[in-house]
Amino acid sequence: MARAKITIDGNEATALVAYLASEVIAIYPITPSSPMGELADRWSVDGKSNIWGGIPKVMEMQSEGGAAGALHGALQVGSLGTTFTSSQGLLLMIPNMYKIAGELTAAVLHVAARTVATHALSIFGDHSDVMATRATGFALLAANTVQEAMDLGLISHAAALESRVPFVHFFDGFRTSHEISKVEEITAEDVRAMIEENSVRAHRERGLSPDHPFVRGTAQNPDVFFQAQEAVNPYYRACPTIVENVMERFRQIAGRSYRLFDYVGAPDAERVIVMMGSGAEAAQEAVEHLVEKGEKVGLVKVRLYRPFSLEHFLGALPRTVKTIAALDRTKEAGSIGEPLYLDVVAALAENAAGGPVSFAAAPRVVGGRYGLSSKEFTPAMVKGVFDEMAKPNPKTHFTVGIHDDVSHTSLDYDPSFSTEDPEVVRGIFYGLGSDGTVGANKNSIKIIGEDTENYAQGYFVYDSKKAGSVTVSHLRFGPKPIHSTYLIDRATFVACHQFAFLERFDVLQAAEPGATFLLNAPFGPEEIWEHLPRTIQDQIIRKRLRFYVIDAVKVAREAGMGRRINTVMQTCFFALSGVLPRDEAIAAIKRSIEKTYGKRGEAIVARNFAAVDGALNFLFEVPAPQAVSSNFDIQPPVPESAPEFVRKVTSSIIAGQGDSLPVSAFSPDGTFPSATAKWEKRNIALEIPVWDQDLCIQCGKCVMVCPHSVIRAKVYDSRHLENAPASFKSTAARWKDFKQLRYTLAVAPEDCTGCSLCVEICPVKSKAEAKHRAINMEAQPPLREQERVNWDFFLDLPEMDRGVLSHGQVKDAQLLEPLFEFSGACAGCGETPYIRLMTQLFGDRCLIANATGCSSIYGGNLPTTPYTINRQGLGPAWSNSLFEDDAEFGLGMRLAVDNQADYARHLVRQLAPQLGEKEAEEILSADQSTEPGIHQQRERVRALKEKLQGLNPVEARDLASVADALVKKSVWIVGGDGWAYDIGYGGLDHVLASGKNVNVLVLDTEVYSNTGGQMSKATPRGAVAKFAAGGKENPKKDLAMMAMTYGSVYVARVAMGGNDTHTVKVLLEAEAYNGPSLIIAYSHCIAHGYDMVFGMEQQKAAVQSGYWPLFRYNPELAREGKNPLQIDSRPPSIPLEKYIYNETRYTMLVHAQPEAAKRALRLAQEDVRARWELYEKWAAPAATVPGKGEKK
Amino acid sequence: MGGAGGYCSREGREKMTDLSTTYLGLELKNPLVVSPSPLSEDINNVRQMEDSGAAAVVLHSLFEEQVTLEAEELNRHLSEGTESFAESLTYLPDMTRYNRGPEGYLELIRKAREAVEIPVIASLNGVSPGGWLDYARKIEEAGASALELNIYFLATDPGVSSSEIEQGYCDLVSRVKQNLHIPVAVKLGPYFSAVANFARRLDQAGADALVLFNRFYQPDFDLENLEVLPAVVLSHSHELLLRLHWVSILYGHLNADLAVTGGVHTAEDVLKSMMAGANVAMMTSALLRNGISHLEGVRADLADWMAEHEYTSIRQMQGSLSLQSVPNPAAFERANYMRVLSSYSLRTFGPWRMGMTNGE
Repeated sequence: MARAKITIDGNEATALVAYLASEVIAIYPITPSSPMGELADRWSVDGKSNIWGGIPKVMEMQSEGGAAGALHGALQVGSLGTTFTSSQGLLLMIPNMYKIAGELTAAVLHVAARTVATHALSIFGDHSDVMATRATGFALLAANTVQEAMDLGLISHAAALESRVPFVHFFDGFRTSHEISKVEEITAEDVRAMIEENSVRAHRERGLSPDHPFVRGTAQNPDVFFQAQEAVNPYYRACPTIVENVMERFRQIAGRSYRLFDYVGAPDAERVIVMMGSGAEAAQEAVEHLVEKGEKVGLVKVRLYRPFSLEHFLGALPRTVKTIAALDRTKEAGSIGEPLYLDVVAALAENAAGGPVSFAAAPRVVGGRYGLSSKEFTPAMVKGVFDEMAKPNPKTHFTVGIHDDVSHTSLDYDPSFSTEDPEVVRGIFYGLGSDGTVGANKNSIKIIGEDTENYAQGYFVYDSKKAGSVTVSHLRFGPKPIHSTYLIDRATFVACHQFAFLERFDVLQAAEPGATFLLNAPFGPEEIWEHLPRTIQDQIIRKRLRFYVIDAVKVAREAGMGRRINTVMQTCFFALSGVLPRDEAIAAIKRSIEKTYGKRGEAIVARNFAAVDGALNFLFEVPAPQAVSSNFDIQPPVPESAPEFVRKVTSSIIAGQGDSLPVSAFSPDGTFPSATAKWEKRNIALEIPVWDQDLCIQCGKCVMVCPHSVIRAKVYDSRHLENAPASFKSTAARWKDFKQLRYTLAVAPEDCTGCSLCVEICPVKSKAEAKHRAINMEAQPPLREQERVNWDFFLDLPEMDRGVLSHGQVKDAQLLEPLFEFSGACAGCGETPYIRLMTQLFGDRCLIANATGCSSIYGGNLPTTPYTINRQGLGPAWSNSLFEDDAEFGLGMRLAVDNQADYARHLVRQLAPQLGEKEAEEILSADQSTEPGIHQQRERVRALKEKLQGLNPVEARDLASVADALVKKSVWIVGGDGWAYDIGYGGLDHVLASGKNVNVLVLDTEVYSNTGGQMSKATPRGAVAKFAAGGKENPKKDLAMMAMTYGSVYVARVAMGGNDTHTVKVLLEAEAYNGPSLIIAYSHCIAHGYDMVFGMEQQKAAVQSGYWPLFRYNPELAREGKNPLQIDSRPPSIPLEKYIYNETRYTMLVHAQPEAAKRALRLAQEDVRARWELYEKWAAPAATVPGKGEKK
Repeated sequence: MGGAGGYCSREGREKMTDLSTTYLGLELKNPLVVSPSPLSEDINNVRQMEDSGAAAVVLHSLFEEQVTLEAEELNRHLSEGTESFAESLTYLPDMTRYNRGPEGYLELIRKAREAVEIPVIASLNGVSPGGWLDYARKIEEAGASALELNIYFLATDPGVSSSEIEQGYCDLVSRVKQNLHIPVAVKLGPYFSAVANFARRLDQAGADALVLFNRFYQPDFDLENLEVLPAVVLSHSHELLLRLHWVSILYGHLNADLAVTGGVHTAEDVLKSMMAGANVAMMTSALLRNGISHLEGVRADLADWMAEHEYTSIRQMQGSLSLQSVPNPAAFERANYMRVLSSYSLRTFGPWRMGMTNGE
């Protein structure tokens, strides 16, 4: 009987079998494994059962360490358990992995293998995480494809139970976890047939129970530990054969055959590659291609890597092999070679010392690295490796896929070598995140997979920006299974869904001769040609492309779809690709629309249908003229005026050419220059704010809320306007003290994301027309050139003297230069205004320890960095350590800064005679509590350093190296709620208790935003989040109150939209407090399901409802005999529902489970009331101390 | 139990007085019908309406536009930011199903029909031709006793003429009638140039009743914040006059039943409505203001008044003061307006200024 085929990604394939074979599932979000946990959680909420008819208990933990602990506990009581993780998460599980394996406990960890952060974080795939667990005693089983992730995932569960050895089942992050592929489904019956019930019972019987008590987990001494450790050996010896048998059982059930080491290639191969993971599929393509050409090459795919079976490995190698290349997708710096290489060498050495196999000649082994962090690995590279192996003295410890001009490890290869099957249709689609391209392509690939006989593969590439991000979809389909685990560089179909891309990059680079090119453009077939850049025109002519154009925006708009052109373009793709007859294709698209959107409402389905129906009427073929005629071309990514590093390195990354950068382009320690975001002009806003200088009251609120620092104000002398551009706007400053000066509010036209928060916050309305404010959105393209010039002129205007400004006033604070700009955060982000404000106040002397999360991604994801510098070259020093350790990381910075300052003071005292006693004393006793004080100290230190240049003693040189520490430094620990409330809470608590002078800024979005909105302990009651699909049942943790109980921590809760002056004041007080400060900042977020344009209004509602009371707890006040807690917002004045029911995270529960929503609302309203009452009591004046003026 | 001074007991009087009427072909125990309001969103309120003497209840309206907006909003927020960034391909879990759109409303109809004996009339405010029909069918399937079409379309487009709008309404009514088995009432506003003609056309299109008149929310201005705010003002008895006027005029000219809505607060208001020619009188504002039990008092007062004035049945008085039944019909016609004006001391003001003064 033909087995059902489904088109899914590697994560879903794995989760399907893991869920069926598990009873307890402990989860924690980490890319790229998060979807496995999300699926398990949703299935559990939906009541889906495992093969025993029970519903697995799915529990989100506070960290992967916690997940491993919970899993360990469940296993010890005899449950069948699993978890899903990646990278750092897997590393946090290691201590428990030793325990689980040491206790011979059957369990499976499904790992979407991901790079472990070293010089930089990377969310992409390699084996560095898995390799770090080699010593734990877990078996390691590698799956190379989506099908294998499902098959070997199941084999892991069965083999673990039978062998008692726990398994890490892993597959490549993104390349496999996120690849959509047509696979044969494994059913619950299959799982039932694979899992041996006796082993399950035996596992249960080994569980802890007071009904047959024993202890496990003792402490042992030198006398016995060693022997007891060796007791496990028989189980590890037996494990490979058990896996082999389970694989055989699987073959009988499912028909697919796996071996511990699978060999493909010539039976008499002389050159053999040994490797594991998705790259082996590309290698297989190359091997099959070369063997057909008569080459004697082969490939060993390692499946069971641990326990490593010498016998099986040797058995898989052809006896004719002369050279073996062991390819590792990981780097072990300082080792002789990478792990797989060492295993192969050891295996051959052991064989040579009397092993079972005799080779024609002792094979030579070379080792190489490839594919780190999902770097492309192609058949061309495989061919390069085989070519190298054919040389008399092949390179070893080589790299392939990069250009290493430093250590010269890299192999050359011919990129034109291709194994692409001519029967396979290969499509590349360029889209914007917001236009729905990826979603439509996922849909298309499912349609092709499920409605045709074709095999299908979809893989999606995203850039590192959250707003206006470019997506590239790679779709393959054809009559045979597709093993091409690499991006398409020979496309038979190219679609560009955004006309603006044409001026930014070459979308036709990968188009094959004769390919089809589909372009969405606001021009018809007659006029489009003259709007194409030369490079594009040239390729259309030279490659004889079939060129089609459609105005999809128009079709989508008329269908009521706004900017989502996905279904329009999808329809065109089907029409042009011909994979299905048009009628069938349209019917299939409509079915999938119905399936995806039906439950959201008929109107949505109707609109999508209208877009589908309207599409083909506007699709036109464009006959290409004979010659290139355009007088413009693709724009360079950065201007010539950019600094050298930006021109040479950053620009390549921006242009999507980062793969071509050689090793020498990078610092060896992960250091990058600040102030590079300004060179990446993304021009993503359709509309930008335009200032009305006559209406403006110069309040500064728009500057304050701008998430991307694109609105700025300056007050300056009118003489600076002499050479101002004609359209540059200026007006009299409305300050009591600066009446004679000019004021300008400027907008960076090419950096704005068009979020409109500024317009919404503007308090001024025109008396003649209420919708006209002091700042208004207008179309960007006509303004771009003019405003670019104005912006540059504005930047050159002098900055205001910080000393004359009242930093606690929003009106004045707007004039402080921001040192955080143009980040890749979402348009309308609720977090970034707080960071920008912090840099305005303290940026020239702050160090930032940033927890992993949204703020570390928009803060530090290449190509560019938003942290910038002022004219003196001062600016925030920023670093990200990990997710869990941010508080500790920042505390370390504080300790270092304090230590350096102490040492510098010591040296100043010591060198006082040479430096001048008076100068030394001034430095040592400087009052740095005010801006002018700090400024003066900075001047003194500058003079000191000059003087030190003339001095010779060692102490002088030492002092020069630490002198900057004499200027007050501000240490900021920044992170989200996932960090502060969950994974980093233990460390945060410790740091708050330390008494050290650090400032903690918690950007509270109430979910794990960066990984896609999973519940944290900051998630409020009744809100739906991932891992809380039924609405969170418990109230939000009151982190502020917990911190206040120390009595020695400055604690405040702020919401910029609730009261911006309060926010500014809190930042200043927190920084001034000589001890730990904790600021919890309400950050509206895309994950709330709210129109971010109104983000600040929603913050206000949160405060008005009493959900988010504003307050400050200042221990200084207690020292003055006052109550340290001051509530800064009014008692609740609107019901909670007026606030929460503006957000989809709450209303979706109303739709999905009205009764639960009603209950949650009632309880949440009660939470608000009770907490307000408690705070009010706490903040009551000290007069109510017993015996003193109690009133009746 | 016994009454004093020759009067019968209240119960006795009611027994003697026939309060029953018919509306939309439904036999009603009295002419008191509850018109749409948020009160009917709660099934317990619907029960209480029946207990307090309502003869029928019209549920709050199902607004197609709102259903569409909610769907759009849900879809937008579930889609927003998705498939843009490798780490967060979505931000909210997509539920298996959403109990959304008309589902909740249809469920309310089902529950109301189970909970009470009195007829449950559903109300629908559509926007698209497909939406009207589709939701109307669903409402019928859910078991509504009748359907009230709440045709409220604000013609803000200067390019659309009154005749186009009227024709659209008539087409809608005939299409709905062709597709439904339950009776259909049409609730309309007072702002038509030729109310009588339009009423006749709706009648010909198949409307089983006309409900006069809808009251519209009017936007108000917030002078401090220069904002326009939707304002909801409860009705007052003086608004009844407009309804009485038109019911009186239409009575006897249509096959369709007539209902008065807007300004019905007291038994007197009900009596006037009946005498103008209405089959039923609908109230909401009075219940929002005084509670659902207000109905009990109105019904008792109604019976009292009728007994006092020796009316034996509602049917007896229906239409008794209509245009065709009064000796001087001019009271209902334009002359009437002139006379009212002249009864004021006109001073030097024209009629427009007159209106302003009137409001003072």
